[in-house]
Amino acid sequence: MSAPAADAPLPMTLQVNGVVRTLSAPARRLLSDALRHDLGLTGTHVGCEHGVCGACTVLVDGEPARSCLMFAVSAQGHAITTVEGVGDDPAALSPVQQALAECHGLQCGFCTPGFVTTITAYLDEHPDPTEDEAREAISGNLCRCTGYQNIVKAVLRAAELRREERA
Amino acid sequence: MKPAPFVHHAPRTVEEAVAVLAQVGTDGKVLAGGQSLVPLLSMRLATPGHLVDIGGVTGLDGLDVTDEHVRVGALVRHAGLERHDGAAAALPLLRQAVRHVAHPAIRTRGTTVGSIAHADPAGEMPAVAALTGAVVEVVGQGGAREVAAADFFVGPLETTLAPDEMVVAVRFGRLPAGTRTRFTESARRSGDYALAGVALAVQVDGATVAGARASFVSVTPVPDVLDLTPAVGGHPVDDLPLDAVADAVAAHVDPDSDIHAGADYRRMLAAELTRRALATVTTEVTVGAA
Ligand SMILES: Cc1cc2nc3c(=O)[nH]c(=O)nc-3n(C[C@H](O)[C@H](O)[C@H](O)COP(=O)(O)OP(=O)(O)OC[C@H]3O[C@@H](n4cnc5c(N)ncnc54)[C@H](O)[C@@H]3O)c2cc1C
Ligand code: FES
Ligand code: FES
Repeated sequence: MSAPAADAPLPMTLQVNGVVRTLSAPARRLLSDALRHDLGLTGTHVGCEHGVCGACTVLVDGEPARSCLMFAVSAQGHAITTVEGVGDDPAALSPVQQALAECHGLQCGFCTPGFVTTITAYLDEHPDPTEDEAREAISGNLCRCTGYQNIVKAVLRAAELRREERA
Repeated sequence: MKPAPFVHHAPRTVEEAVAVLAQVGTDGKVLAGGQSLVPLLSMRLATPGHLVDIGGVTGLDGLDVTDEHVRVGALVRHAGLERHDGAAAALPLLRQAVRHVAHPAIRTRGTTVGSIAHADPAGEMPAVAALTGAVVEVVGQGGAREVAAADFFVGPLETTLAPDEMVVAVRFGRLPAGTRTRFTESARRSGDYALAGVALAVQVDGATVAGARASFVSVTPVPDVLDLTPAVGGHPVDDLPLDAVADAVAAHVDPDSDIHAGADYRRMLAAELTRRALATVTTEVTVGAA
């Protein structure tokens, strides 16, 4: 087996939601676990741990990525945005969060952080999607509760809210 | 579902990376986008003692288009290739195919070169490498070498790469003027690995097909090329012997059965997808569109 040094804790510096955070963890620490356990940012959820469900999706330099498929050590030097960074004030929801609430785009909420980050990044690049495009945009995220219809509606509603915000 | 312990190496240059690889030998693995490797580590299907993380290596993120090829560096993400208008114009097949690789959130991290190094017969980009006669640029302790795609893939998840070597880039060959390309596949859910897929390059001369070649996803052990010219060469582009093509494909492919689909079904699918893709080449592909 590997030498004990393999599991020695390493000092790491992560930039999460605009804040520089330091932690100490072995190289095998997944970014998802670093966010949740080392930094206490439990908004990022962990479902499948192999890239399929999308619950753990965060933004890496603004682009959606599975935090369960990245090591924390490799995330150094990148700007990480979690759902808390998109919006963590119930009185001031982001357009995507507001749209999900308005359209009943969540039930248990387990999948929701991954949808929030995914949809936020998608709308940055495609501000005015069609319904088909909205469906395609969320096709990498699984939800066991809603049946997706209301999440698709929420994507379109969020696009609308963002346009109003800018107008 | 946590990876076993490993030593993390963060080289800054290709030379440093291959020096570490040479030192750790078969106990080492290159870590690129991690989209195939990290699941294997988490499921403990792989337990390397050393990971050589090439994320910080300089000079690997270039994407260059020349008259002969599109050269994709080892740190170009699938999403970067997909977005690159120059690459799509020079070789429309690249964008046509890369859009079928997983979901956007996987494509932002996964590298195109990594998927070729991974050599999964279910991968789209190995099939594109085969069809375009790609050249794999390899660097090891002993220096650089170039390997033709036909000599690179030797079996499922198996290549001729030595433990001390890494891929620094792949050069996809541009196709002759008048070539129309198509990529199509069938998956149970959007973004899943395909049950079967086909990449097609058809050489059109006026109203006649001069030649056609195809490579396949998920139905051959390695992405090899089937020459369809004997079936379609000399036929009018709008009246091709599609049944003969389907027969040739069914005879060529060699799928396995698994929980997702049986071998016979995959064979039928490969033949039918090729037939349908070929039936659409009467219309010129708009450069860059998919
Ligand atoms: C949910 C999900 C769905 C997916 N669906 C698809 C799909 O439909 N089609 C598809 O093709 N892929 C799919 N993938 C895999 C994805 O395309 C990967 O990005 C790709 O296969 C590997 O690229 P990577 O950069 O992530 O490589 P890594 O995961 O980092 O590495 C993969 C392997 O290649 C080796 N390697 C990587 N780069 C190099 C290099 N430069 N030199 C030498 N060796 C190297 C590594 O050592 C490792 O063995 C999916 C992945 C997930 C998680
Ligand atoms: S937990 Fe990361 S994709 Fe499911
Ligand atoms: S709301 Fe329960 S999984 Fe999506």
